[in-house]
Amino acid sequence: MHALIQAIILGILTGGVYALMASGQTLIFGIMKVVNLAQGALVVLGAYLTYTLFTTLGIDPFLSIIITTPLLFLVGIGLQWALLRPLHGEDVAQLSLLVTFAIALAIEGALSVGYGATLTNIQPSYANFSWTIFGYQVSLVRFVAFVLSIVMLGVLYFILRRTKFGRSVRATVQNPMSAQLLGVNANRVSALGFGLGAATAAAAGSVFGMLNSFNPGSHYDLISRLLTIVVLGGLGSIGGSVVAALIMGVASSLVSALASPIWSDFTFFIVLLLVLLLRPRGLFGAKTRGAL
Amino acid sequence: MKRAITRIGVVRAGVFFGLLILIPILGGPVWLLNLLIFTVMYAALSSSWNLLGGLAGYPSLGHVAFFGIGAYAFAITFSSGVGNGFSPFLALPVIGVAVALLSLPIGWVSMRTRADVFAIVTITFLFITQTLAFNLTSLTGGAQGTSVAPPPFDVSTYDWPFYYAMLALLAVAMGISFYFSRSKIGLSLATVRADEDKAHGVGVRVTAVKLIAFAVSSGLVAMVGCVWAYYVGFIYPQFAVDPLITIGMVLMAFLGGKGTLWGPVLGSFILVPAQEFFAQTFGASELYLLAYAAVFLVIMLFLPRGILPSISERLRRRKLAAAGDARDAAQLAESKDAVAASKTEVA
Amino acid sequence: MSEALLEVDHLTKRFGGVTAVDECSFSVEEGSITALIGPNGSGKTTAFNMITGYLKADSGQIRFRGQAITRPRPADLYRRGLSRTFQQARIFPELSVEENLIVAAGYSWAQLFGRRVSATDKELARKMLAEFRLEPLLELPASDLSYGQRKLLEFAAVLMSDPKLVLLDEPTAGVNPVMIDAMERHIRERNAAGVTFLIVEHDMQLVMRLCNPVIVLDQGAPIAFGTPEEVQTNPKVLEAYLGD
Repeated sequence: MHALIQAIILGILTGGVYALMASGQTLIFGIMKVVNLAQGALVVLGAYLTYTLFTTLGIDPFLSIIITTPLLFLVGIGLQWALLRPLHGEDVAQLSLLVTFAIALAIEGALSVGYGATLTNIQPSYANFSWTIFGYQVSLVRFVAFVLSIVMLGVLYFILRRTKFGRSVRATVQNPMSAQLLGVNANRVSALGFGLGAATAAAAGSVFGMLNSFNPGSHYDLISRLLTIVVLGGLGSIGGSVVAALIMGVASSLVSALASPIWSDFTFFIVLLLVLLLRPRGLFGAKTRGAL
Repeated sequence: MKRAITRIGVVRAGVFFGLLILIPILGGPVWLLNLLIFTVMYAALSSSWNLLGGLAGYPSLGHVAFFGIGAYAFAITFSSGVGNGFSPFLALPVIGVAVALLSLPIGWVSMRTRADVFAIVTITFLFITQTLAFNLTSLTGGAQGTSVAPPPFDVSTYDWPFYYAMLALLAVAMGISFYFSRSKIGLSLATVRADEDKAHGVGVRVTAVKLIAFAVSSGLVAMVGCVWAYYVGFIYPQFAVDPLITIGMVLMAFLGGKGTLWGPVLGSFILVPAQEFFAQTFGASELYLLAYAAVFLVIMLFLPRGILPSISERLRRRKLAAAGDARDAAQLAESKDAVAASKTEVA
Repeated sequence: MSEALLEVDHLTKRFGGVTAVDECSFSVEEGSITALIGPNGSGKTTAFNMITGYLKADSGQIRFRGQAITRPRPADLYRRGLSRTFQQARIFPELSVEENLIVAAGYSWAQLFGRRVSATDKELARKMLAEFRLEPLLELPASDLSYGQRKLLEFAAVLMSDPKLVLLDEPTAGVNPVMIDAMERHIRERNAAGVTFLIVEHDMQLVMRLCNPVIVLDQGAPIAFGTPEEVQTNPKVLEAYLGD
C-alpha cells in the first residue's frame, strides 16, 4: 500500500512536468494543425542549454529557466518562420509533419556535434535531497518542478484567456478563416504559438535534465510519450493534455513500481493503442474543430 | 499519368534492370557493388513504402518496424547456417507473406485514423518494435544483438547473391506498384487518397484496398529486411529498427515523386550515393545527421512535389500552352476568313 | 398504406448547446421529386448528412425501402441505392472524367483485381457522358473542369450505380443559368426513368417548376408540407423566411 501511494505521488509529480511539455505541443497543434515531432528535441535542447549554463557559469538550473525560456521562444519563432511558413501545396499538413521531424533530427545532429553522445546529467547540490512527509519520500527537485509546471501552465492559461494574443490564438484554433477575416494575422499567431510551444519545452528541459540522464538521442523516448499524452488528452485540448499527462504519469509510475521499469514504457504504447481503438478522439478532443 | 504498357516504358525498365544485372558480371568493383546493394535496397524499400504512402495517401513514418521484424525473423530462423547458403533465400516469400498477414490487424487499427494521428500511430509502432527488440532478449539477443551464420559463398563473388536478391525484390515492388496502378485497386486507392469520405460515398471498397496496400507494403519491406540481415550478418536493435531508415524511405519517395512508379527509384539513386559521399567526406557520424536533416529540409521546402511530378507538370503546361496557341491561331485564322468572306459579300 | 421510399423518423442532432435538427420527421414518396427547403441554418444539410451516414444522429431512425437502417454508412447506403451529391461538388480531381464515372459504378471483388478501366467500363461511361453531353471532356483530369461542369460530373457519377433515391445538396448553387437548365432537364429525365429525388434548394423558381411535394424546415423541424403553391402561401413559411 505504501509503495502504491509512493508511486502515485511520484507519478503526479512527473506528470506535471509532462503536462508542461504536452501543453506546448497541443498549443502548436491547435493553431497550426501540425503535430510537432520536434517537441522532444526542443526539451533536450533546453536540457543541454541548462547544462551548459550550469557547468560553465554555475547558474542554478531552476533559475536558468529565465534565460532559456525566452531564448527558445525566439528559436521557435525563427524555426516556424523559416521552415514551416514557406510550405505550401496540397500536402502542407504532411510536409509540415515531416519538416518537424527534420527539425528534430537537425537538433539531434547539432547537439551530437556539440556535446557528443555520452549520457549527461545536471546535478546541482540539492539533486538528491528529498523530504519525508507522512512517511512518503518527496524529492525536492520533483516537487519544485511540479510547482514550476503549475505556475507556467497558469501563465499559459493567463496568456490564452486574458490577452489579445490569446484571443487571437483561440479564434484561430476554432475557425482560422473567420479569425483571418476578423483581422487576425495567421502567420503571426502561428509563429508566436510555435515560440510558446518551444518556450514550454525549454522550461521542462531544465527539469528533465535534472531528473534523467540524457543524450542527443533522448528525444525519441520523450516524443513517444508526448504523443501518447496528446492523443489521450485529445488533439487540440490543452486541458485534456494536462489531465492525460497526470494520468500517464501515475499509470507508468504504478507499472514501474508493481512490475518493472522496463514495462513502464509499454504503458504509454498500450494506452495509445487502447485510445485509438476505443475512443480515437481522446478524452477531451472534439470530433471536428474544437476550442482549446 | 501513363498507365498503359508503353514501348518506352518497357525499354526504360529493360535498360535499367539490364544494366544493373550486368554490372557485377562485367566486373564492377566491390565498392560499387556494395554501394549498389544499399541503393537498390532503399529503392525497394521506398517503392514499397510508396504503395501505402504514395498510392493510398497514408504516409507511414514507422515502416522500418516491418524491416526490423523481417530482419529478426530471418536471423532467428537461420542463426545457425543452412546448407549451401542459398536455401535461406527461399524463406523470403514465406516471411513476407507471414508479415503481411500479421500486419493486417495493425493496419486495420492504425488506418482508422487519418493523416496526423496515423503518423503518430506508425511512429509509436516503430518505438514499440524497437523496445521489444531491446527487451525480448531471449528472442532477439537484446542490445547484444543477434547474428546470422555467414553463408559459404565464394569470396570473389560473395556479394552477388545479395545483390541479385535485392534487385529481385525491387523488381517485385515495382511490378506490384505497376499492377496496382493498372487495376481497380489503384483506381480505388486514388479515390481514397483524394477524398476518402467521398470514396465511401460512391461505394468504393475503402477498407479492403487500404488493407491490401498496408499488408503488401509491409510484407515487401520485411523481405528486404531479411536480405539485409543476411548480408550484414549481425543485427542490433538500433540499426534494425532505425528511425533514419524510415525517414530515408519517405524522403526518397518524396524527392523522386510520391505516388509515381519511378520516383522512389530516382530518389534513392540520388540520395544513397549522396549519403555515402557525405559519410566519406564528413567522416564523423554527428555532422552526417545534420547534413541529412538539411537535405531533408531543402527537399521539403523547394521540391515538395518531387522531381518526376514537377517535370511532368511542366511538360503538361507546355503542351496546354501549345494547344492553346494552336487553338488561338486556328480561331484567328477562322475569324480572318470570316471577315474576308463578309467583306466579299458586302462588296 | 404503401411505405414511402425514405422515412425519416424523429431525427435529432445537437451540437453543444445548439439543436440543429429537432425531432425531424418526414417521408419521401417513390417516384417524386421532393424539395427540402428552409432558411439558412434550418438543418437541411445536417439532416442530409445524417440520412446518408456522414453524421451520427443523436436519436431517431431512418427507413429506406422499408428497411430500418440502424447505423447508416455511406458505402452501405450507396450499394442499397441511396446516393447523394455535395454542396461543394466533390469529385476526384486527379482522376479523369471517365475514371470519376467508372469508380462510382461499383465493382465486384473479382473486378477489383482486374483492369483499371475495362472495355465494359468504357461503354458504361460513354453512355453516361453522352447523356450529359460531357463527351469532349472524357480524358481530361477532373481538376480542369469548371465549377458547373464539376457539379454535372458529380451528378452523373452518382447515377452510375442506378440508384433508387438521389439526395441533391444545392445542385444549382453557384451555377450559370444554362447549366441550371441542363441540370433540371437531367433530373426530369431520370425521374421519368424511375429515380426519386430529394433536393435541398434555395432557387425558389426552380423548386416551383420542378418539385412536388415541398418540405419546409425551420430551426431543425418541418413546419410545412405540400405542393409548391400551398407552401408558397403558407404564413408560417413566410414568417420563417422573412422574420416578423
